[in-house]
Amino acid sequence: MHRIRKWGPAALLVAPSLLAIGVFVYGFLGWNLRVSLSDWRGLRANYDYAGLDNYRRLAEDSRFTDGVQNVVVFTLVFVAGTLVAGFLLALLLERGIRGEAFFRTVFLFPMAISFIATAIIWRWLLSNATGAQETGLNKLFDSVGLGFLANDWFKSDSNWAVASVAIAAGWALVGYIMALFLAGMRGVSDDLREAARVDGASEAKAFWFVVRPMLLPVVMSAIVILAHISLKTFDLIYAMDAKSRKIETPALYMWFTTFEGLNFSIGAAIATLLVVGIALVIVPYIWYSVRSERRS
Amino acid sequence: MKTAAEAPTRIRSRWSAYVTTTRYIVLFALVCLFLIPVYVLLVTAMKDPAQVSPSRMWQLPDSFSLDTFGAVWPVLEPGFRNSVLMAVPASIISSLLGAANGFVLAKWRFPGADIVFPLILFGMFIPYQAILIPMRELLTDWNLVGGLSGLILVHIIYGLPITTLIFRSYFVTISDELIDSAQVDGAGMIRTLAFVALPIALPAFAVSMIWQFTSAWNDFLFGLVLTSTNSWPVTVALNNIAGGQVVPFHEAMASALLASIPTLLVYVLMGRFFMRGLMAGALKG
Repeated sequence: MHRIRKWGPAALLVAPSLLAIGVFVYGFLGWNLRVSLSDWRGLRANYDYAGLDNYRRLAEDSRFTDGVQNVVVFTLVFVAGTLVAGFLLALLLERGIRGEAFFRTVFLFPMAISFIATAIIWRWLLSNATGAQETGLNKLFDSVGLGFLANDWFKSDSNWAVASVAIAAGWALVGYIMALFLAGMRGVSDDLREAARVDGASEAKAFWFVVRPMLLPVVMSAIVILAHISLKTFDLIYAMDAKSRKIETPALYMWFTTFEGLNFSIGAAIATLLVVGIALVIVPYIWYSVRSERRS
Repeated sequence: MKTAAEAPTRIRSRWSAYVTTTRYIVLFALVCLFLIPVYVLLVTAMKDPAQVSPSRMWQLPDSFSLDTFGAVWPVLEPGFRNSVLMAVPASIISSLLGAANGFVLAKWRFPGADIVFPLILFGMFIPYQAILIPMRELLTDWNLVGGLSGLILVHIIYGLPITTLIFRSYFVTISDELIDSAQVDGAGMIRTLAFVALPIALPAFAVSMIWQFTSAWNDFLFGLVLTSTNSWPVTVALNNIAGGQVVPFHEAMASALLASIPTLLVYVLMGRFFMRGLMAGALKG
């Protein structure tokens, strides 16, 4: 009896949230899965079971497979670039820099602005206009004699067009990764480093043998966070150049095929594949985080 | 003996002075590089509209002018107002619910809490594409599409994982004795939460509110799917004003700047709390 009275109010407090998440996250994921196995095209909902037809169709749809290729390129460039840049920034700031707060504030501020605003600025910076219309980075390169660096950026015809979107995304996220690394480096107690130094290790060696191994969890977090962002990013690419197939990823194709093409079942199938992709990265991560917290 | 021991330290300290200087130089160079987009944004938005052309992007204005802001503000203003009306209630309600959840999950470890918590957390990582179709269907049935209330509702709900996480991490650090003593005094669970736990959780409130406000303000996808022209949040309005290459380039820049002011203000004024929210978002205390 006592137990029940104790759990009663607690259950009451969390019930609305659990119900909401139950419906809006898990219920909707299931519902979406069902749409992906249906024949729903057009405005009227249609749940007639169609098996894996939509998935089969996607496998043969070049717009989808090109999108997958784009998101792979985007993820590789974005994750690797942001990780390395964020680590280097943290390394520069790590030991007693005066004005550290200023530097951190500068490198982190893009996290406060929307991807739409970010995309609008970068779309102009990465413009490929030529002649009198030339602008952005190309113009800057030209005027300082680095004209050979001029580029078609995200308008390029190459498969790497989407990599220039990763520049904008990296600009937006690098401060975050820097902050994660800084927190990780600071987490290694100074005593431990001091001990290494007393034992005769140089500053660099103390870093390599004491700090570096402890940064592995940070690297894992950073990779997981960046990779899942790159899979689901929509607004940045949409505002950069919504109509370009060269930078379109499945996250955008889902939107276009669903809400413009009214191919609801195909859209749902793309979305389901996105969930699978992200769950592969995220579920082990959550599991690991919750478990390591419980152990400590 | 003594000199031998001193020599290496002196060498090292002179060496480290060089390292420190180099480090500052590199950092300042990186700051300049990093702020290039901000330079372009400010310089363009503050030019006299008559002087603006993409080819003069890098030049400082001959004369300072706020005319461009005046020109775009009337177009952006309705979206701006919608975003305030949406993001403020969404962040308050989501934070309150998150506080209740976090408190229960931290202090009343009910059976199954260890499974429920990761299930809640997963909600913050899902790609929203995967809930768009059902969300549109259900909210259409409930008559919540086309206005702001549907948008507020989804921001509350999809904010719950992170607000719960923020408050749970905070309450875990509060000693059980404080809670227990309230219990001994006869306060029930809900009164303990309202009068003991919440008043000391103000820092967590700041973190949670800031996170929620920023993500609701900056959201685009939900706004795109759930609102109509009159209820567009500022991001959707911004994309419509500044999207496409036909828009005058200085107006695009000025609109982007105006639309970013509230979250930038929050960031500058409350950076510490903003930072803690980011850290929580990485699942690390």
